[in-house]
Amino acid sequence: MSTASYYVPPQSRWPILASIALFLIAFGAGNLINAMSAGTSTGTGWLLFLAGLLLLLSILFGWFRNVVHESMSGMYSEQMDRSFRWGMSWFIFSEVMFFAAFFGTLFYVRNLAVPWLGGEGEKGVSNMLWEGFQAQWPLMTTPDMERFPGPEQIISPWHLPLLNTILLVSSSFTVTIAHKALKLGNRSNIVLWLALTVLLGASFLVFQAYEYFEAYHELGLTLHAGIYGATFFILTGFHGMHVTLGTLMLIIIWLRVLKGHFSPQHHFGFEAVAWYWHFVDVVWVGLFLFVYIL
Amino acid sequence: METTLGQNLGDTHHDHGPASGIGRWLFTTNHKDIGTLYLWFSLLMFLTGGTMALLIRAELFQPGLQLVQPEFFNQMTTMHGLIMVFGAVMPAFVGLANWLVPMMIGAPDMALPRMNNWSFWILPFAFAMMISTLFMEGGAPNFGWTFYAPLSTTYAPPSVTFFIFAVHMMGISSIMGAINVIATILNLRAPGMTMMKLPLFVWSWLITAFLLIAVMPVLAGVVTMMLMDIHFGTSFFNAAGGGDPVLFQHVFWFFGHPEVYIMILPAFGIISEIIPTFARKRLFGYASMVYAIASIAILSFLVWAHHMFTVGLPLAGELFFMFATMLIAVPTGVKVFNWVATMFRGSLTFETPMLFALAFVVLFTIGGFSGLMLAIAPADFQYHDTYFVVAHFHYVLVPGAIFSIMAATYFWLPKWTGHMINERMGKIHFWLSFVGVNITFFPMHFVGLAGMPRRIPDYALQFADFNSVASVGAFIFGFSQLLFLYNVIACIRGGARATDRVWEGAHGLEWTLPSPAPYHSFSQPPVVK
Repeated sequence: MSTASYYVPPQSRWPILASIALFLIAFGAGNLINAMSAGTSTGTGWLLFLAGLLLLLSILFGWFRNVVHESMSGMYSEQMDRSFRWGMSWFIFSEVMFFAAFFGTLFYVRNLAVPWLGGEGEKGVSNMLWEGFQAQWPLMTTPDMERFPGPEQIISPWHLPLLNTILLVSSSFTVTIAHKALKLGNRSNIVLWLALTVLLGASFLVFQAYEYFEAYHELGLTLHAGIYGATFFILTGFHGMHVTLGTLMLIIIWLRVLKGHFSPQHHFGFEAVAWYWHFVDVVWVGLFLFVYIL
Repeated sequence: METTLGQNLGDTHHDHGPASGIGRWLFTTNHKDIGTLYLWFSLLMFLTGGTMALLIRAELFQPGLQLVQPEFFNQMTTMHGLIMVFGAVMPAFVGLANWLVPMMIGAPDMALPRMNNWSFWILPFAFAMMISTLFMEGGAPNFGWTFYAPLSTTYAPPSVTFFIFAVHMMGISSIMGAINVIATILNLRAPGMTMMKLPLFVWSWLITAFLLIAVMPVLAGVVTMMLMDIHFGTSFFNAAGGGDPVLFQHVFWFFGHPEVYIMILPAFGIISEIIPTFARKRLFGYASMVYAIASIAILSFLVWAHHMFTVGLPLAGELFFMFATMLIAVPTGVKVFNWVATMFRGSLTFETPMLFALAFVVLFTIGGFSGLMLAIAPADFQYHDTYFVVAHFHYVLVPGAIFSIMAATYFWLPKWTGHMINERMGKIHFWLSFVGVNITFFPMHFVGLAGMPRRIPDYALQFADFNSVASVGAFIFGFSQLLFLYNVIACIRGGARATDRVWEGAHGLEWTLPSPAPYHSFSQPPVVK
């Protein structure tokens, strides 16, 4: 409940510029992707897309710099802090729902669509589309092997994915230790444990990239490999993008720690990134379980 | 004043008025300015989408092909739906939330004012991109606003890529807008404004915002899968690779059904503010109204497949979704009962907002009942994809959502502008709209039950009479909206001075502010007893 007066920022140019940037990214990406599919020149698309991206990045830099300055000059009350907390929590909830759509897709095709195509279950009549198609998971033989050649092999969960699980789960611990150190005001420990977290996140990404390389070049597991490849790549791909973003956020927080931006009492920027990192971690555990193991 | 990039524009002092010129609107962080932007944008989209509707009705005035090619007709039905849902109804409610929520809870502004500006300004760009597809090679999206795969994937025009990115932008805008509303309501209430004292409009928006944050990402997910299928060789919605086109419908409607309630819950809130005012009684059953909205929101996640009864669901699914859907009639019935009970033995007067609110209660209930008919799976086998469905959802959206937005505009416009509306003109607008809406949509029930399919530019001769009646109604309704535009502009430019309370029976913090409301509502929070 509000008591003190609440900080309402003055007019700002960031939002309208950010809208223009978003438009350039979207319009550019649309042009780019359409040109790629049509086999025509992708120049304009790339130009618009990269210009938008560059603009957005510089806006984010400037906008966040504004917020950091405001925060450090003490303009934010505790109530403002709570607004940020609610904002970040609900943002993470929206991310959870984004992944829920893809997990739901995975469960639906595994438990309903593919068995039905194989003639099992209440809608097994759809087997008449491709008679003789056998349901299995992972789906190695797709109904139409010419258009969607199924994977030759799939990734064993007990090599790279297990290693990646260990990396990411331990990074959740290291970031918590860094937070503890921050609350105690122990600068050198924060710097150390946060750096370790970044390192763990980055090595996760390296291994994930290697896994994709292997999938494409040795296992025949591609985006074209039918529904197994499709669900595999959309889930791990979006997760990987989120880890990338999370790692960048951690690096920025690390730099801000070096600059002494945070106090033991006042460090919501740090906490928000830590929340995000835990979220990315939890999604990975779900992936490891439902995409790789089961 | 220093105005280079990155510098704060204007001073940081709280009590200054609006900036001058176009910069006021581009760079604003003020909830009232942003609310105004949303409302004007919504009105512009309403007139654009309405023009498309009139094109559709003009073509359907007679059987046979008169005015447009079938391909273009399909683009019109698609764009009409998308523009009305995402461009007219949703932004109008967000605009109302921006104007009203801070004033109603005693807050200085929205919780995150800069993000608020961003939420709005994404929309004009998103819609510019979407409407520009009309001029692209292959034409605009033509697969219906529900964009079912494979129509929207395998058989889609190239412009579908831009449609997908436009939807992504709208989603980002909606999610940020909703986060702002939730943070404002949960964190910026004046001292003493407990949750169970919140005006119902605020409650309805709190729950709507939750729905938005829960389902807009799912919409983003489904369009992303479309993009992958179209351009990157995946097979989410293609059975040849082990996917399933029906999966598209499941994911889409998991978004789509809560979306339907996103477009009606704020309307419930508005009506619950207006009826007590003009009945001069407290709202009957406040707590039950809150619980009813919450129940409807929860149920909305469990009923999506009632849009898919004819697609070939397992029997258990048909039954579950049928009964879950019918359950929604219970909390909805509670709401209608409470509105009627509020009016019972009240000192009723019938000013323009009240007329719209009353029409809402009656006509929305008709739409609710036809919804109940559609909820019965074996009956839906007959009605599915006919004009009966079109009649149903237009009854809940036009005399439902749109009427509530007009009621809200007439109700709060004196507070916003400081001038009373011209009652006579308001009433003319109401009666023309009321008559027009019913002439347009009521006959659609009959042609639908008789078997006329939706989204078809031509039809069998026996449907001709009702269709020409519906088209006449559509033109009456459409052109009478110019009166709405006139009334709003007239009220902004002048009229009798409005008192602070505006309406004799009005209660709530927003009526304690002067009319017009000052640029900054509550710099110091009021104390609510």
